[in-house]
Amino acid sequence: MDKITALIVDDSSVMRKIVERSLRQAGIELEKVVEASNGAEALAALQSNKVDLILCDINMPVMDGLEFVRQAATVEKAKGIPIVMITTEGSESHVVQALTAGARGYIRKPFTPDQVKEHVLPVLGKKQ
Amino acid sequence: MSTDTSLVTRSHEENWLPIIELAVEEVFEMMVGSRVKAAAQSEHKPNEEFTAMVGLAGALCGILAVCCDAKTAGEIAKRMLGDTADSQEQVADALGEICNMIAGNFKNKLAGTDDRCMLSVPTVISGGEYSFHSLADGTCLETVLLFEGTPIAVRLQLES
Repeated sequence: MDKITALIVDDSSVMRKIVERSLRQAGIELEKVVEASNGAEALAALQSNKVDLILCDINMPVMDGLEFVRQAATVEKAKGIPIVMITTEGSESHVVQALTAGARGYIRKPFTPDQVKEHVLPVLGKKQ
Repeated sequence: MSTDTSLVTRSHEENWLPIIELAVEEVFEMMVGSRVKAAAQSEHKPNEEFTAMVGLAGALCGILAVCCDAKTAGEIAKRMLGDTADSQEQVADALGEICNMIAGNFKNKLAGTDDRCMLSVPTVISGGEYSFHSLADGTCLETVLLFEGTPIAVRLQLES
């Protein structure tokens, strides 16, 4: 599997580290990890980094994850980059909103590394 | 959706303690890699040096709090980060996320509530010299669970 650059968006630095570790445990080789603590920082990070995968929380200050997904859909540099939500918000309406806005996957917290693998590999076009 | 569903759900809140305990057990097993078990509150009282809180608004209004001593909070952070938790900020961040996931997991288990209940971002207080006064005058559900033999209190204070 080619090495990828992942953008991890979460207001918790602990959770960003856990998501990074889960990606590595899923067998995904990371060339680089870019971190952002809210949607606005993530949009800025997309301008200066070539990103292959975005993992994004929903409940964050400044700009939440759903707004980020909506705005990312209008950003040229973000087109085609798969976005997977990782969030405590497990309701059907949140899932529908995220997928409608353009997210390609949805993982509920708490999660296991296997769940990350199950949801992330398909959006990268990889077999499990 | 009408508020009738909310009333039906709230009418069963005396039965929510096992749901809270299940939510805590799942979060610890998946995110901390440790099993916790409910214990008798009368025998185990945590030294509340760290308190993480998440507000609930909508169909459920109130606060969910997780309290433990500093050593336990540090151990939880270490387990989550793999021995790299070296600052009080990281410890507070870890406990805040645990509280956030417990609140989310709990509301997702309540039928008809998850769609209509929002969570705040977590707040964490370190130090035990404070008094907690909630304007929520409804039910308070509390349980104590043992993490590696040390108690962790989980409290759900709801508005009536």
